[in-house]
Amino acid sequence: MEFDFQYFLGIFFSGLTRGSIYALIALGYTMVYGIIGLINFAHGEIYMLGAFTALIVAGILGGLGLPWWGILVIASLVAMVWCSAYGYTVEKVAYKPLRGASRLAPLISAIGMSTFLQNYVQLAQTSNSVPFPRLIPRRFEFLQDMGNFMAPGDFIMLMTSLLIMVALALFIRYTKMGKAMRATAQNRKMAMLLGIDADRIISLTFIIGSALAALGGTLIAARTGQVGFAIGFLAGMKAFTAAVLGGIGSIPGAMLGGLVLGLAEGFTAGYFSSDYEDVLAFALLVLILIFRPAGLLGKAAIQKV
Amino acid sequence: MNVTMRILLRSLMVGAWFVLLTFPVLCVKVAARQHTVTVLWERALGMFVVMIGCSLLWMWYFHRKEHGSESGPSAVSAALAGLSEKWHGLTSNRIFSSSGIGALLAVGVLLPLVGSMYQTTIFANAFLYVMLALGLNIAVGIAGQLVLGYAAFYAIGAYTYGLLNQYFGLGFWACLPVGGLMAALAGLLLGFPVLRLQGDYLAIVTLGFGEIVRLLLNNLRDLTGGSQGVANISRPAFFMDLTPDQSMNYMYYLTFAAMIITIIVVARLKNSRVGLALQALRDDEIASEAMGIDLRTVKLQAFALGSCWAGFAGVLLAARINFISPASFTFMDSAMVLSMVVLGGMGSISGVVVAALVLTLAPEYLRAFSEYRMLLFGALMVLMMIFRPQGLIPSRKRVYSPAGAASGPAEGGRA
Amino acid sequence: MSRNAEHPVLRVSSLSRNFGGLRALNDVDLDIRAGEIVALIGPNGAGKTTFFNCVTGIYVPTEGDVFACRPGMETPARLNGMKPFRITELGLARTFQNIRLFSSMTVLENVMIGRHCRTKAGVLGAILRDGKTRAEEQDSVDRAYELLKELNLEAHWKEEARNLPYGAQRRLEIARALATDPFLLLLDEPAAGMNPQETLELKELVLELREKFTLSVLLIEHDMGMVMSLSDRIFVMEYGSRIAAGTPEEIRHNPEVIRAYLGESDNA
Repeated sequence: MEFDFQYFLGIFFSGLTRGSIYALIALGYTMVYGIIGLINFAHGEIYMLGAFTALIVAGILGGLGLPWWGILVIASLVAMVWCSAYGYTVEKVAYKPLRGASRLAPLISAIGMSTFLQNYVQLAQTSNSVPFPRLIPRRFEFLQDMGNFMAPGDFIMLMTSLLIMVALALFIRYTKMGKAMRATAQNRKMAMLLGIDADRIISLTFIIGSALAALGGTLIAARTGQVGFAIGFLAGMKAFTAAVLGGIGSIPGAMLGGLVLGLAEGFTAGYFSSDYEDVLAFALLVLILIFRPAGLLGKAAIQKV
Repeated sequence: MNVTMRILLRSLMVGAWFVLLTFPVLCVKVAARQHTVTVLWERALGMFVVMIGCSLLWMWYFHRKEHGSESGPSAVSAALAGLSEKWHGLTSNRIFSSSGIGALLAVGVLLPLVGSMYQTTIFANAFLYVMLALGLNIAVGIAGQLVLGYAAFYAIGAYTYGLLNQYFGLGFWACLPVGGLMAALAGLLLGFPVLRLQGDYLAIVTLGFGEIVRLLLNNLRDLTGGSQGVANISRPAFFMDLTPDQSMNYMYYLTFAAMIITIIVVARLKNSRVGLALQALRDDEIASEAMGIDLRTVKLQAFALGSCWAGFAGVLLAARINFISPASFTFMDSAMVLSMVVLGGMGSISGVVVAALVLTLAPEYLRAFSEYRMLLFGALMVLMMIFRPQGLIPSRKRVYSPAGAASGPAEGGRA
Repeated sequence: MSRNAEHPVLRVSSLSRNFGGLRALNDVDLDIRAGEIVALIGPNGAGKTTFFNCVTGIYVPTEGDVFACRPGMETPARLNGMKPFRITELGLARTFQNIRLFSSMTVLENVMIGRHCRTKAGVLGAILRDGKTRAEEQDSVDRAYELLKELNLEAHWKEEARNLPYGAQRRLEIARALATDPFLLLLDEPAAGMNPQETLELKELVLELREKFTLSVLLIEHDMGMVMSLSDRIFVMEYGSRIAAGTPEEIRHNPEVIRAYLGESDNA
């Protein structure tokens, strides 16, 4: 069989794009886990809420005759702001009262929150999947000139998410807030003794993570042209897999994990069968947790007796 | 006075916050193609009022909890504690509890004779959920392992019967043990590498496993019929072939009996040597191992029994509705069973039975409520964790009677 | 009896344990003969608890050997890499420095857990509740209660373990350990947090238990009065290494020990 390089490139870039979105959502999981040790099950629902908010904004703006990129930018921003508020509220309602409770309690609360949000959107909006306006043009001239290896939607997604990830990395590395976040993740008690307001840092983590998930949701919806109340579960699980793959708690790990998972899925779908891309993701999740729970970039902990 | 004003003001702000928060998704509907935007102001108003109420309750509760430590956390939970105390008092009274159980049994037995077919069906369904919830309670409540993919074991049981029946014509009674065994085997295979993981990792692995099973059932179309599922599964025969009506009653009684057996099995497991060891493991794994408990064996036994039970329930489901498809075994189904366990009280048997019955029957009788049922399940899980993590009827402890101990009048009852 | 006195109940040779780059235990030798009470002392951070954890299987030793032999048995068993529950089954039982009771369980149930490794009923027995299972269970209950009487805890048997006073919790840990039928009892700072009167009672208790249950005892303790009057022999550790071993009298006059405890400058 002849090796079709064009096909390979196509798959590679679509896998990379998909992975960059997983990475975007995975960051929210990993940051929250790093700071309060909770698997924020409702994170996938925040992503879904982002897509719906963007849909509504785009619907409102649709009649105003704005250029496509204007709509996309405004819809993304509104979605990010609103979802930050959702993330903040979810933390205050469902997790904050449970600090110091048994380990299972916040996790169960998170599952409840996830179920709640999903059904809230289903009841408030619709249980059918809705078409999302096709904001992104079918073709970009400069991409055509470069050999047409990428769809415009993919290009925008990849560039945006890479940009955001670099910005986040810089934020965490160099700003005062970022340093406070790292300190809280390492040792919450000590950070509090040094005058860091842990509650604020936790809120900030939820806000940033939710904004990233909302951006991911908007971009994906604009690319696929569809939203539904149930899209959060699968996307959330995939992103969680990415976070675990990279080493949960590790921010570079989440980025790496997202890209690796996206590529793995892309190649499975491209060369094998798209039936099995979801199975692959879940199998990866199970196998990593069993055989290398620390992931690619995490480190194992020693229990003290 | 000042405090009240502050609470009121804050509640107004909380109400406003939630209106703003939920405005786009809750109150705006767009039809993108027609470019029409509908704003549902009444929903915003409703949200405002409801959230002010919720916020008042919330702040009142936490205020009481902080300042009125002597009077207990709150009147509601004190009342609940009183109720469950009474419940335990009643149920440990031998005469009362045996006559109560007798009455319940009689109602259960008589129901198909007096109730309509519809009622027989929904009750059989409710009993099945009791079975599932109690089975999950073995893993979650007794062994302290959060299993999020419980529907997978249920599916394994159902498909074992469905497929064996379709391909080999095997009957219900042959498949019942096989279905339980297959599910238990799956539980063992999964549990063996997984049970040493931390609690929340275990939860995720079982969730992943649940999704893999569902996706495989969906994708292996040649074997399982894919999303079309397996149809025309034989109804179990009772010496002779039954008419659909008779069969429905028959299945009702089978499920009823299975539920009773489940209650006995789970209660006995909980109060046994293994149950005690599991409780120790929940308290402190390191001390348990140092005291000679083989963590893996004990947990595996519980895990396998829990999955086996889901397998039995699956076979019963397939036999009753004669049709199964992957859509019946999603994460939401697992979450629903979990919410029954959480609501009833992890480890509590009577609590979980009551919760499973209420949560399955209420949506049937309150039709208006059925649309909101998953919304409510979700909210319940959050609220229970915050306000009453031990569940409506907390788990009751068995009282042992050592030889030579002075036994007071209160003891001697056995759970 | 006499022939087996040759085998020590516990023989540890060249035991080492690393944590990353840190050597928490360095080439430690120790042996306990049947019926002996042996103390392991040393400043904080000397590696005493790490030594306990290596012997009881919570940590796997990096180098060296741990052998244990129940009096009357022919061949000692090698404990390296054995799971904690197997070591307990063999007959070594311990308490913890920071009390680790099962806090949601009653006092009686805590001790019944100690019987777990001497009983057999599994899930099937639990479900069927046949005569054998029930008899076994009642036996566990009765023996646990007997042990509570032994340690003066029987009045509390129905209470939750977390509600016991501190000293009673320490005794409950000992009762729980005894329920596993050990030949060697390892006590990790049993007198910590006790007043002089309680410490004295504890000393008497340990001596009494040794006779009654034909035990050997290894204890970590900071209370020198108790160590000196209770122990047959003492091992001293510092910075992960053994620096001295001998009878209380020898240890009292050992210059190394004096240096470790008092510091070098005091000699001048």
